[in-house]
Amino acid sequence: MATEAKRVTDIGPPHFEKFLHPIIKENYGQWKFHDSLGPGLLSHTGPNGTIYSVRMSSPRLVSSNFLRMVCDLAEKYCDGYFRFTSRNNVEFLLANKDNIDPLVKEINEHGQLVGGTDNSISNIVHTQGWVHCHSSATDASGLVKVVMDELSDYFTEQKLPHKLRIAVACCLNMCGAVHASDIAILGLHRTPPRVDSDTLPNLCEIPTTVASCPNNAIRPTSVEGKTTVKVDEEKCMYCGNCFTVCPAMPLADPLNDGVSIWVGGKISNARTEPMFTKLAIPYLPNNPPRWPEVTDAVKNIVELYAANARPFERVGEWINRIGWERFFDMTGIEFTKYHLDDFRHAGTTYRRSLHNRY
Amino acid sequence: MADDLKTPLLDELEKGPWPSFVTDIKTLADKSEMAKDLLRQLEKSYEDKRGYWKHGGLVGVMGYGGGVIGRYSALPEEFPGVSHFHTVRVNQPSGWFYTSDALREIIDIWDEHGSGLYNMHGSTGDMVLLGTRTEELEPTFRALTEKGWDLGGSGSDLRTPSNCVGPARCENACFDTMEMAYKITHRYQDELHRPMFNYKYKIKMSGCPNDCTAAIARSDMALIGIWKDDIKVDQAEFAKYLDDGFNVQEFVVDKCPTGCIAVEGKQINIDNSNCVKCMHCINRMPHALSVGDEKGFAINLGAKAPIVEGALFASVIVPFMSIEDYKDEDSYEEFHDLLERIWEFWDEHGTSRERIGEFIERVSLATFLEGIGVEPSPKQVKAPRDNPYIFYEEYYAEEGEG
Repeated sequence: MATEAKRVTDIGPPHFEKFLHPIIKENYGQWKFHDSLGPGLLSHTGPNGTIYSVRMSSPRLVSSNFLRMVCDLAEKYCDGYFRFTSRNNVEFLLANKDNIDPLVKEINEHGQLVGGTDNSISNIVHTQGWVHCHSSATDASGLVKVVMDELSDYFTEQKLPHKLRIAVACCLNMCGAVHASDIAILGLHRTPPRVDSDTLPNLCEIPTTVASCPNNAIRPTSVEGKTTVKVDEEKCMYCGNCFTVCPAMPLADPLNDGVSIWVGGKISNARTEPMFTKLAIPYLPNNPPRWPEVTDAVKNIVELYAANARPFERVGEWINRIGWERFFDMTGIEFTKYHLDDFRHAGTTYRRSLHNRY
Repeated sequence: MADDLKTPLLDELEKGPWPSFVTDIKTLADKSEMAKDLLRQLEKSYEDKRGYWKHGGLVGVMGYGGGVIGRYSALPEEFPGVSHFHTVRVNQPSGWFYTSDALREIIDIWDEHGSGLYNMHGSTGDMVLLGTRTEELEPTFRALTEKGWDLGGSGSDLRTPSNCVGPARCENACFDTMEMAYKITHRYQDELHRPMFNYKYKIKMSGCPNDCTAAIARSDMALIGIWKDDIKVDQAEFAKYLDDGFNVQEFVVDKCPTGCIAVEGKQINIDNSNCVKCMHCINRMPHALSVGDEKGFAINLGAKAPIVEGALFASVIVPFMSIEDYKDEDSYEEFHDLLERIWEFWDEHGTSRERIGEFIERVSLATFLEGIGVEPSPKQVKAPRDNPYIFYEEYYAEEGEG
């Protein structure tokens, strides 16, 4: 009988150096400049040569067959070297500029797109949704697909005033951290959790469950002799934090779960400071498989931004220049009481000047 | 495609120009019951407008407390292929650089032991191997480690640090994000694999203030590259931008947040004492302008999504730190000392499920800085306080008393 290798733990990731293209190794830390060669095409030049990057779309949720296709293309055109971007695109890393065109052609033959650089919409970062998550209020992969179907020209072309970053999160936990994107699509629950007092005493710690609520809406109670909890529904804002610690308090509600749209966040320090996204549309229905209300809303905002922002102005910078009142006028989005913050730092969002546009 | 797979709603997601995850998953449906039942269950979610996953469960590999997310279908009799559908998080290599040989190792392992489905990559940065059965976890782990791969974090532990390309493919890199992510991940294997914190702790590294890993919004500890001296200027290259008709006045000078750029003739002059390193001018004219020589990183703490007390950006704790030699473990002493003091203070005074950003807001920045031994600095605030409720700690006493 063959003896198995000894079980090892805590070895950490492999060192990155063995995954670097020779040109990258030779220019490591010495790069001089980069150039954009067109949508999805970049070159970086150092004292010891130039590396060409070809950026390809990806659904992020991918199969072994997709990844084998990536490996095949990398072996055929760039000695097997590639990387993934922080927005889940694939970047092939080429030494030979002449390989760019045939690679792009073959990528397109596989039904994939090349783009996402400079003044474009890059891939949408997103979460698991109904594909793999217990707390999702909507699907994520499906929303990404239908939104990018509408906006794919903005991926393959660079026709926006500046880059535009979209993110999707399927509930307020925001594994996709959508709170600082130009446009965020956020799934939300709109009804309080339903307490299952039959299973709760076995599944949940009462003190932890009570403490999990940011609004003190959960209190211990007794139902038919069992210690359980009750929810003050007036105080509940459907954050789902109780469900995270207590599985007996599910929130999923097919009739009321849906999607909200947020705008104007950014991460980079370029020109202006990083900004949070702000609420544009408090609720749109879950309307699978193609969520037409959501795609229409996002497309409307993107097209107004494309037509009206100045060069190198991000969505949030554009809105700050024209004012929120004009943003709501231009988009035709109704401003409601739901747009007024009522949580911890609400006062910081109130207008405390006379700087209004009439 | 499997004949018995009927997914009319999902089939609508095979239309349109953007690559379809449904089409891709269907390529596995003939050989993977997991992939097939995943599509079936997802079709039911699309019909019913709700998810059908149970609330996790404690599964993992021997000796680790994190790295595996338990997932079970709520409808196991209807969809037995996904009755177990656990996630295995695997440390990504720094900067998400791969060779096809390396990725094929992972693919072969996951075809044998799991669903053949992935997220490349998860929000934290790990490779996410999506969907396997409990009894396959240990064999998966063994196969991964035999090829030199290890698991990422989950639960209340250090998550796999992630980083931008940095010096591997960017002229703006102010520090070696690649090597530092590797070094931190290796040094803190115990913190990564055995959850013992109050809550999760994410570290992200971006080589410059463009922040391509979104560290400022998504990490408890954001290391963001910065430089202290002057922007480097190549005047001859600058003149070429003018000659090429690039509108330097409108697209660069007028966009400078501190108005510190002036153009005289074909020369650019920057008042570096007022430059806030926003990156805009460098981004627009990469041939002419570049980051300075005195480079390092700022340490910001506390970013998180809204749960529970509201979303936070990371705020400046240490405005500048540099490391002599990123390849030399000993050079990291100042950084490791600080990180360990931060963890110790948070561990001692934080509460369960309290992220470090919420902790700092609760105990106050002043208390936190004192607790970790960092001096207050105007670089840590937008402005000094505007209320007079000051907790004084020093008093004069009348002579002869006390």
